[in-house]
Amino acid sequence: MSSLESNTEADSDLTPKIPVWELPDVPKGNLSPHLQLQRTRVVCNKEAPTNTENVQYSGAYAAMGVDNSLGLGEFRKRFRVEVIRLTEGDMEFDLIGIDASLANAFRRILIAELPTMAIEKVLIANNTSVIQDEVLAHRLGLIPLQVDPRLFEYMSENDIPNEKNTIVFKLHAQCEKGGSRSTVKTDELKWLPNGSELLLATENMASNEASKPKTYTSFTCSQDSLPEFSKNPIAPKHPDIIIAKLGPGQEIELEAHAVKGMGKTHAKWSPVATAWYRMLPEVVLLQEVEGNKAEELVKKCPVKVFDIEDICKGVKRAAVARPRDCTLCRECIRGDDWEKFVALQRIKDHFIFTIESTGALPPEVLFTEAVKILEDKCERVITELS
Amino acid sequence: MEHGSYQDQSKATFSLTDEDHTLANSLRFTLNQDPRVTFCGYSIPHPSDARVNIRVQTTGDPASEVLKDSCQDLMLMCQHVRSTFDQAVIDFKNQKILEAMDIKL
Ligand code: SF4
Repeated sequence: MSSLESNTEADSDLTPKIPVWELPDVPKGNLSPHLQLQRTRVVCNKEAPTNTENVQYSGAYAAMGVDNSLGLGEFRKRFRVEVIRLTEGDMEFDLIGIDASLANAFRRILIAELPTMAIEKVLIANNTSVIQDEVLAHRLGLIPLQVDPRLFEYMSENDIPNEKNTIVFKLHAQCEKGGSRSTVKTDELKWLPNGSELLLATENMASNEASKPKTYTSFTCSQDSLPEFSKNPIAPKHPDIIIAKLGPGQEIELEAHAVKGMGKTHAKWSPVATAWYRMLPEVVLLQEVEGNKAEELVKKCPVKVFDIEDICKGVKRAAVARPRDCTLCRECIRGDDWEKFVALQRIKDHFIFTIESTGALPPEVLFTEAVKILEDKCERVITELS
Repeated sequence: MEHGSYQDQSKATFSLTDEDHTLANSLRFTLNQDPRVTFCGYSIPHPSDARVNIRVQTTGDPASEVLKDSCQDLMLMCQHVRSTFDQAVIDFKNQKILEAMDIKL
């Protein structure tokens, strides 16, 4: 017994125990080219695209000694934004070094979860036009309003409409009898900074004559006295959207109440006409394409991705000049053995993002607001968990 | 709301109300990037109730802690995206101003 014990002791002396955290790092391997391609590119073959999924699991390449996790430091180093185009109404920019799940989250928030103001309630006093009340109300709802929604609060079911949650517009249009037909456009929507002018029906009008007559809203102050609206009055974004057409003798008189809401309730509250992204196309020439074949290739592409460059002695060679314009129509790999010459790919972590604003907020503000909303969601989960 | 057992806190399902793919898919990404996570996934049990279930299984740490860290990571990523984006927009605008001045000269 004792001899055995001494034996094991001797063994452990030979191989001293090293705690795992003092072991040297496993040498980091490199992914073989085909796995690297699989990880970073979508390959668009003739029949169908392959490698469309993202490898997210941090240990996916552990067997090869490659760490697939994206630490915050690494993310900060890799992530880039490049603005391509920025106008009042739309913008295009590149998000580089970000996962599709995040890019998609921003897109979804832009479309469905950023609040704006839109007409929700329409009180129709008179409508003798051919367009029905409900259709008219629906049309009014879809008119984009130029007003910063961050200055307003949501109105819940039991709230009384006040100057903080409601914007009131009036529309009174008439077509003269005997005249010609007229068109009602959005510039006839007049903002009422003092709230509704329609009186609320009360049981006995006589008794409360002395007090201020009750209307459909109860504003404590005029909205145009507020500093944020006194300089830029609230109005529809475009003055020339057609609301209705009136025949001689027809009339529309109504009041429209706009409230704050989100795109997931109704698309009229969506602050973007569209927000979308696409992955950056990458066109690779697998072999030199020269001579007639080069000219054929240039002619094949409908958006002129390829150019011909003259190399010495008048030999013509095809070159990829504008891969960004590629629509991945796959025309260039159709027929014969073109797939051996051209490879169409998309870069998985390079997104060309486009935002078209409806006008309430400029597109760059919309994007920052969208990112903020995702942050708020995380914060909510954190507080709920702790 | 967390569903799990007290004996083994390394596995749990979290049921988040009023959330959808937007948050769940981003969280799945950040969770997957955490080496402590052995499995994670999410599902929306029914499209007409606003709820997602996120399943997290770890190598030993409490699942709720790991999820919290992932949320923190996602938040920091968002903050970085925002500051980078703002800077890119400012740079772009400045460049446009410079270009406009060049034309006048
Ligand atoms: S896929 Fe279509 S657009 Fe793209 S390079 Fe080929 S032919 Fe041109």
